[in-house]
Amino acid sequence: MAPVGIVLGVVVLVVLYGVFAFNRLVSLRNRVDNGWSQIDVQLRRRYDLIPNLVETVKGYAAHERELFEHVAEARAKATGAQGVEQQAQAENVITAGLRSLFAVAENYPELKANQNFLALQEELSGTESKIAYARQFYNDEVAKLNTAIQKFPASIVANMFRFQPRPFFEIEEPARGPVQVDL
Amino acid sequence: MYEQIAANKRKTILLLLVAVVLLGAVGYAIGIMYGTGPGGLVVAVVIALLLQLGAYSYGDRLVLASARAREVSLEEQPRLHNIVEGLAIAAGVPKPRVWVVPEQAPNAFATGRDPEHSHVAVTQGLLDIMDRVELEGVIGHEMSHVLDRDILYGTIVATVIGAIVLISEFFMRAWWWGGIGGRRRDSQNGGGIELALFAIGLVLVVLAPLFGQLIQLAVSRNREYLADAQGAMLTRYPPGLISALEKIRDAPHAMRSANNATAHLWLDQPSRVPGQETGRMERLFSTHPPIDERIKRLREM
Repeated sequence: MAPVGIVLGVVVLVVLYGVFAFNRLVSLRNRVDNGWSQIDVQLRRRYDLIPNLVETVKGYAAHERELFEHVAEARAKATGAQGVEQQAQAENVITAGLRSLFAVAENYPELKANQNFLALQEELSGTESKIAYARQFYNDEVAKLNTAIQKFPASIVANMFRFQPRPFFEIEEPARGPVQVDL
Repeated sequence: MYEQIAANKRKTILLLLVAVVLLGAVGYAIGIMYGTGPGGLVVAVVIALLLQLGAYSYGDRLVLASARAREVSLEEQPRLHNIVEGLAIAAGVPKPRVWVVPEQAPNAFATGRDPEHSHVAVTQGLLDIMDRVELEGVIGHEMSHVLDRDILYGTIVATVIGAIVLISEFFMRAWWWGGIGGRRRDSQNGGGIELALFAIGLVLVVLAPLFGQLIQLAVSRNREYLADAQGAMLTRYPPGLISALEKIRDAPHAMRSANNATAHLWLDQPSRVPGQETGRMERLFSTHPPIDERIKRLREM
């Protein structure tokens, strides 16, 4: 009777561990999904702002047509992007395009004084830093999930229930503003 | 971080218990002073419990009101709102409500019950002198207070201690001026014990605010370092907070309404006088670590 009891005990322990590991993996995966939807919200916000910005700049710098087309094209590509890697690539193009758009704006003093433009500029840089923070959160959660999937013995549970490691969302780090620090 | 949250919950409960005992003792002492006996104890404990319920549900309101903070809309302060939202995303918490305090001294605090009910307030002076990265550094610091549930503990400390100080001060004055129907003890019935009890009562009334002060101190200093470090981790950019702290250190304004009960909630000690070295005695009783020490630790990260 005793050996049966021991075997039974071990089985119960293993099952309990399996349930625990499974639940942990599920909550990690949900956090990654949540992180991704945060990024998505901010990316969409940026897509909405771009046409406004282009229209405003056009009013002052109509002959920069090539640049406008480039930005619009990048935006179209990004809205249609599938999967994390493709999205990241498309976002890099948009970020670069916006950066040159703002660089061009530097040459037009009236544009730089336009209230609408200033508000858009704040909105866009705010959205850009939110994208960066959302990405940071997402990548941290992805790292936790991927580690949990690879670690033994949880890896067995992960394999059994087909938990997949997720890709990191990698875009070029936006340049921080100048800060004077005397070291 | 999770240990920090658990520790904060434990400490909150402990604090609430200590406050009940403390207020009970004060009530008992006052009861004896006025010759009403242990009735004072019951009244005080009931008051203490009501107070704590109030502190839990309305403490954030009280703290914000005492700082004369005003809630600002996204249209009024787009930059501030964007930064708060960004750091809330980075911390993985809902966006706190955003308030501005009409003060020229640059400073900030966070309050609330939990991340779902949280508030971040900054002074007008802070908005005026900080650029974006510096503001991000400051808000990152406040956001880690939200994340670690420091806000609940800090808010309850502020409310409960405020009340303890208020109550004992009220009775000290009432007793001093022989106000509210002070039935002074008639010396016929066993003056010895009465006098001893009276002395203990007096000591308690004097000590209670001091105890409160000590609890407040225990709260503050280490978690400021911790929030600095964690905030810098949220922004991934320690120089932002460093430069903000330097600007705060060098700012020429002192806070006009330096309220003792809420001192520990602020980013930097509100009672700090600009350009003045803090003496040793003052350092012993300050709620915040010296700002240069905080800068130094951030540089070492």
